[in-house]
Amino acid sequence: MNMISDVSFPGGFDVARVRADFPILGQTVRGKPLVFLDSAASAQKPRPVIEAMVQAMETQYANVHRGLHWMSERTTDAYEGTRDAVARLLNAPSREEVVFTRNTTEAINLVAHSYGRGIMKPGQAVVISAMEHHANIVPWQMLRDSHGIELRVAPITEAGELDLAGLEALLADGRVGLVAMTHMSNVLGSYVPAERVAALAHAHGALVLFDGSQAVVHRRVDVQAIGADFYTFTAHKLYGPTGIGVLWARRELLEAMPPFMGGGDMIGSVSYERSTWAEVPHKFEAGTPAILEAIGLEAAIRYVEAIGYDAIGAHEAALTDHALARLGAIPGLRVLGTAQDRGGVFSFTLAGAHAHDVATLLDRQGIAVRAGNHCAEPLMRRLGVDSTARASCGIYTTLDEIDTLADTLDRVREFFA
Amino acid sequence: MFDDVRDLYSAEIRQHGRTPRHAGRPAAFDGTARGDNPMCGDRVQVWVRREGGHLAEIGFEARGCEVTTASADMMCEAVAGRTPAEAASLAASVATLARTGRCEACDPALDRLRPLSAVHEYPSRVRCVTLPWDALLAALHGDQETTRE
Repeated sequence: MNMISDVSFPGGFDVARVRADFPILGQTVRGKPLVFLDSAASAQKPRPVIEAMVQAMETQYANVHRGLHWMSERTTDAYEGTRDAVARLLNAPSREEVVFTRNTTEAINLVAHSYGRGIMKPGQAVVISAMEHHANIVPWQMLRDSHGIELRVAPITEAGELDLAGLEALLADGRVGLVAMTHMSNVLGSYVPAERVAALAHAHGALVLFDGSQAVVHRRVDVQAIGADFYTFTAHKLYGPTGIGVLWARRELLEAMPPFMGGGDMIGSVSYERSTWAEVPHKFEAGTPAILEAIGLEAAIRYVEAIGYDAIGAHEAALTDHALARLGAIPGLRVLGTAQDRGGVFSFTLAGAHAHDVATLLDRQGIAVRAGNHCAEPLMRRLGVDSTARASCGIYTTLDEIDTLADTLDRVREFFA
Repeated sequence: MFDDVRDLYSAEIRQHGRTPRHAGRPAAFDGTARGDNPMCGDRVQVWVRREGGHLAEIGFEARGCEVTTASADMMCEAVAGRTPAEAASLAASVATLARTGRCEACDPALDRLRPLSAVHEYPSRVRCVTLPWDALLAALHGDQETTRE
């Protein structure tokens, strides 16, 4: 068993201290310590996030925006404070460019509806990549089928990197209105060179949307430096609660786009003849929002920022290097995706063992991984596999856990040999 | 290390899963259907040939885990020579067995399928057992495919 100490990561990242912040990591599974390697599906929650939400429910909660009483004012401050936190996290030029949704999926559907149906014209095209999550495929298919927008798929290389030349070829005829792409693959862990993609898109008259569900967890995101037009992420992968996500978009786009859902809070005035819309971003936030979840998200952002992306990145680089070395040494184990620029998400196959069987055996040892197509069926087909197992790192993952995974996989291989 | 999974990965399951006897498409068939489990990517194609009201021949092709392959192979063995109605009844019993681990007042033919009952302790794997049986029912019913998670 590898005896690398976990205590001294570069940048002073103290993983033991971080782990102490996550109560669930003390759980045992089937009598074994929990080795949680499924953060890419959803991350665990630190005590500050849990406490922020509980404290709101216990001491300071009411509906937001319309109330004239103290509780409502305080809760509104907290909710809108999250908007500031997100704007800061993404380096957005304005807090009014931050729209809260239920998750990334809803954020992308919002763009497909309000920009795709509301502004794009039949005959235009949307380009996605060959390594998208279904959330960034299906809404565009639906747009194609209902609105006559062409759907084009930019290829990836064998290494699991975006083929930029292939993307450029798809942009050449000038008919592409939007490039919608993952910033970091939830299957391969590869990063997409967002600044270059944005520049390419703009050079050919297209806007660009990035799905940052994974990226924002592992790396600092600066929507201005990227040159993005739309950026989405979801709280529950960023150590926050489920039920809230973010669409960031340039103000002029939000102002031009028609609303997504209609109802209360997104209106100015209402009569049976016509209603007027609220200013952005509230135009896109119909109904009572995810108030408690927003409070949880703000705590999660503060938690991540207190540690800092530099330290997070150094920790993850060490985990990634170690994981690739240990997994690479297991006979018959193939990690899919060998991108130069990649993070701590590892999908793999094991010769002689189906991913489902691998995951079940790992689970019996307390190790949580995911098996299946990871909501990326077209990518699985492109890679020539039916299903893979996926282990993913979080802020609380240790080198020992990587060793436990690798050691157990060795035994799994023997079991199925 | 994995003694606790030998209830599911029993000798019978492993043998049927690794060296199935009924894999492959029969030369002639009059019913076929595909079962898909979108959650994990498991896929099973089942072919049947009926003769004189009985299942004369049955084969399968499985792309998936060892449990699905084993279930499909054991299914072919269990339903060979039976009527479609008997096969459907067996399928229902297997579904109960897979979900609960028990099947009171069940056909003695179930005895050979009992290794499949271990899956009831693995709720997310129950579908691995039932997928081939659903495909069989679809094939007998004249449906082309069945999809469920």
